[in-house]
Amino acid sequence: MTIKKHKLETRTVTALVNDKPGVLNRITSMLRRRGFNIQSLAVGHSEIEDLSRLTVIVEGGDDIVEQITKQLHKLIDVIKVTDISDESIVSRELALIKVKSTPETRSEIVQLVSIYRAKIIDVSSKSIIIEATGDYQKIKALQDLLENFGITEVMRTGMIAMNREKN
Amino acid sequence: MNKEIIKNGSQIVCESLLKENVEHIFGIPGGAILPLYQVLPEYPDLKHILVRHEQGAAHAADAYARATGKAGVAFATSGPGTTNLVTGIATAQMDSVPLVAITGQVGRPVIGTDAFQETDITGITLPITKHNYLVMETKDIASTIKEAFHIATTGRPGPVLVDIPKDILQEDGIFEYPESINIPGYKPNNSVNLKQIKKATKLIQESSRPVILAGHGIKISNAYDELLSFAEKCQIPVINTLLGLSSFPANHYLYYGWPGMHGMAYSNLILDQADLIIAVGMRFDDRITGNPEKFATSSKKIHIDIDASEVGKIIPVEVPIVANAKNALKELISAAPEKEHTEWLTQIDRIKNNHPTLKLRETDKLIPQYVIKQLHDLTKGQAIIVTGVGQHQMWAAQHYPFNDKNKLITSGGAGAMGYEVPGALGAQVGRPNEMVWSIAGDGGFMMTMSELATIAENRLPIKIAIMNNGFLGMVRQWQELFYEKSYVSTQYNGIPDFVKLAEAFGIKAMRVKDKTQVKGAINDAVTHDGPVLIDFVVESEENVYPMIPSGQTVQDMMEEPSSQEIK
Repeated sequence: MTIKKHKLETRTVTALVNDKPGVLNRITSMLRRRGFNIQSLAVGHSEIEDLSRLTVIVEGGDDIVEQITKQLHKLIDVIKVTDISDESIVSRELALIKVKSTPETRSEIVQLVSIYRAKIIDVSSKSIIIEATGDYQKIKALQDLLENFGITEVMRTGMIAMNREKN
Repeated sequence: MNKEIIKNGSQIVCESLLKENVEHIFGIPGGAILPLYQVLPEYPDLKHILVRHEQGAAHAADAYARATGKAGVAFATSGPGTTNLVTGIATAQMDSVPLVAITGQVGRPVIGTDAFQETDITGITLPITKHNYLVMETKDIASTIKEAFHIATTGRPGPVLVDIPKDILQEDGIFEYPESINIPGYKPNNSVNLKQIKKATKLIQESSRPVILAGHGIKISNAYDELLSFAEKCQIPVINTLLGLSSFPANHYLYYGWPGMHGMAYSNLILDQADLIIAVGMRFDDRITGNPEKFATSSKKIHIDIDASEVGKIIPVEVPIVANAKNALKELISAAPEKEHTEWLTQIDRIKNNHPTLKLRETDKLIPQYVIKQLHDLTKGQAIIVTGVGQHQMWAAQHYPFNDKNKLITSGGAGAMGYEVPGALGAQVGRPNEMVWSIAGDGGFMMTMSELATIAENRLPIKIAIMNNGFLGMVRQWQELFYEKSYVSTQYNGIPDFVKLAEAFGIKAMRVKDKTQVKGAINDAVTHDGPVLIDFVVESEENVYPMIPSGQTVQDMMEEPSSQEIK
């Protein structure tokens, strides 16, 4: 398994959108047809009834993120778009990582998991499933280390992000 | 409950259309939309024009919208009926035209089962509509139609499709048209940021070589008078985009043509030499900019557009003004200083005189430019011109200058061949008291000529002038210039007899092969009280000049044919 090594500038855009059938389709269709590259997209219910919040991690500089923001805003089902890249934010992603294990490697894996404050949620004779939460860098670092044992499956939710409240 | 207001879904659609002041609908019935058609006789104020192909319905509704400023309405049935609309919807999307397509869908119980004539038309048109709807409850029909018209006609206009399942069209419901609507994600900006106007005014004040580049937004927002006042007050020359043609009088001393791939050489050169471009209601299409990095690099830009996403999309802009063109120009007129640009106007007059793009070459042969020039003179430049796409379109734009408002109807962004006949149909229905000329290419004409039947049936006095060169002319020109004259699949072997063809539809027709017959034929057509088709058999390998090859710059402009090219 290869992990993309090249480093790209990324930006974080959040949007409040109607929670209706087809809305995600409208958004991804627009991103695709205009050739925008996205690293991840996560969507779920917001605190407001009938509205969802989505977080898009976009690859590209200011010009690109400005276009994405404007194009998202043009969609009728998108209520509000914010580029929060330059603000103080917290961002988290959940990953499930299935890694090969043997009686010899198990304790080493457990140690790594505890250093990264991840959790072991399933153990079988040949593999372990790890639940890790963190920002992009943390999960990538853990994944890189686990690579040595042989990762058989990775499932990631995509990043979600939120502004920190100013004191 | 008041019995009066119980209606079935189809009646609710019609009542809603009446509330939106719809007068004309272009369409074709079919299974899924049949309930809607069956109630049409109850609504005589909704005049339905039965076209022969749904592409014709979409183009006609689009041209109707461009001609009248009202939303155009098209009906089609599910499946192939709706997919046939697609080219027309894409055309309306590219050129910001308010089009409302109402389509029948298979009944709710069978949606998703690959039922007969089921097509996911909201999925298909998702990237080519401003917005679309699949109505799933009878109670939502009225509010959805209200939203559809609101979205189609406000802000930057565009097509909206409303897909309605057949069982909803048959189901009883209550008709109650909402007084107002609230779409939280859609708030078109109607105000003008005065800080931006101040910044723009400063640039105008500092500029010694300004140019206004006026596009379709002038026509859409009805800013003709504001454009004129602004140009005159600040003495700024005006250049139009293709879709902006007929937004500023061509006989005005401040008018300097239109630029781009086949625009006037002097317009391109003036844009290149300007120190300030005030772009209004246009979007820096690649047919205007060529290579955007080398486009008009000596100028600063003020960009007025209602669509924020157009600002900075192609060309960096010093002062963006996100607003309706009319409102922005009004503010500019009151804020900007009266100015004189005598030196600059003298300079650009010199450019114009040194690059006489519109001079016809001397020849006894029948060249299309000559035909269009005659058409212009004999109609006193007052006809509504509807074109297809290609060489004839460029010649029409070059040699038929417009002094009056909103006279050119042409498919710009999408470049949809086949627009000429159904487009003329829509324009004539929208403006019955004006003379409509369709300037057609033989290629595009053959794509949608079935609408001749609609024209004949409705006795619409449309005049059609085919520039028949026996080729897909513009493609042939590219093959000549960029593919060593390898004319692959561009020459028609076996063009039908267009005169007999028109006559078969019951339309008066003439063939013109000789230059001396041109005036007589056009005069005959003008005086004939009904549709006329003239088949102008023109020089087959005439090229459009000037030309800036795709993606290149004003320095690469080929202004006129090289000497060996002139036959």
